[in-house]
Amino acid sequence: MAEISTLHYLVVAAALFAIGTIGVLTRRNLVIVLMSIELILNAVTLNLVAFSRIHNLQGQVFSIFIIAAAAAEAAVGLGILIAFFRNKETVHADEADLLKW
Amino acid sequence: MTPVATPFFFYFFATIAIVSAVLVITMRNAVHSAIALIFTLLSLAGFYLMLYAPFVAGVQIILYVGGIMVLFLFVIMLVNLEQAQQEEQFNQQWLVGLLATLVLGALLGYVFVKGKGVFPERLAQLPEAENTQQIGAMLYGQYLLPFEIASVLLLVAMVGAVVMAKRKI
Repeated sequence: MAEISTLHYLVVAAALFAIGTIGVLTRRNLVIVLMSIELILNAVTLNLVAFSRIHNLQGQVFSIFIIAAAAAEAAVGLGILIAFFRNKETVHADEADLLKW
Repeated sequence: MTPVATPFFFYFFATIAIVSAVLVITMRNAVHSAIALIFTLLSLAGFYLMLYAPFVAGVQIILYVGGIMVLFLFVIMLVNLEQAQQEEQFNQQWLVGLLATLVLGALLGYVFVKGKGVFPERLAQLPEAENTQQIGAMLYGQYLLPFEIASVLLLVAMVGAVVMAKRKI
């Protein structure tokens, strides 16, 4: 591996994206699911900054907005989690079944 | 300033990022997962420094690690997770999820193999400094409207989080 090109960063970002997707799909603990969503967002941000290296600065500006949106989403998601925990005394994903028929 | 030992730093940060990400999704204790996610975010900040994006690296450390992960840790401490630690960690559809994600990974790998020639051979060495100034000029010039909308979004999220977590509305 002589030269670290953009493709190396994209492969790392794709690996992080896949690991985050596995976490969202397979874990029962809702806090871990929210953390896996943050992993996915970070993979996308790495992708954008890696492309911004060979083009202009727009990728970095977009990544700043992604981080701000991730902060907003994490705050609201954790608020929902606290409200859910207050009702059911658990953060198990299988316990969220009130709308099941 | 010329970059030094770029392959070493790349593989170092990449190893920490991927190993910590795997630890995030496999640890039983939620606090351990949060600490592993902090390691992932810090190694990503190292990546941003290598990619000539010091402002994004600073924003990542201050906002993501210092804000969002601290919020996660607060909520983990607030929510009693002792019962959740003893139970089964992976749900019933774990095999289907794993297979679907492996298909996604194979698709991404195929795209990378096919499109390998698109990227330039040697990356141009960008001049130092001026990164923060240029991002600031773009945020206040071309991207002023998304900037203001992002602040409204944060206000709405703050109100929503407070209303969600209150005992009596």
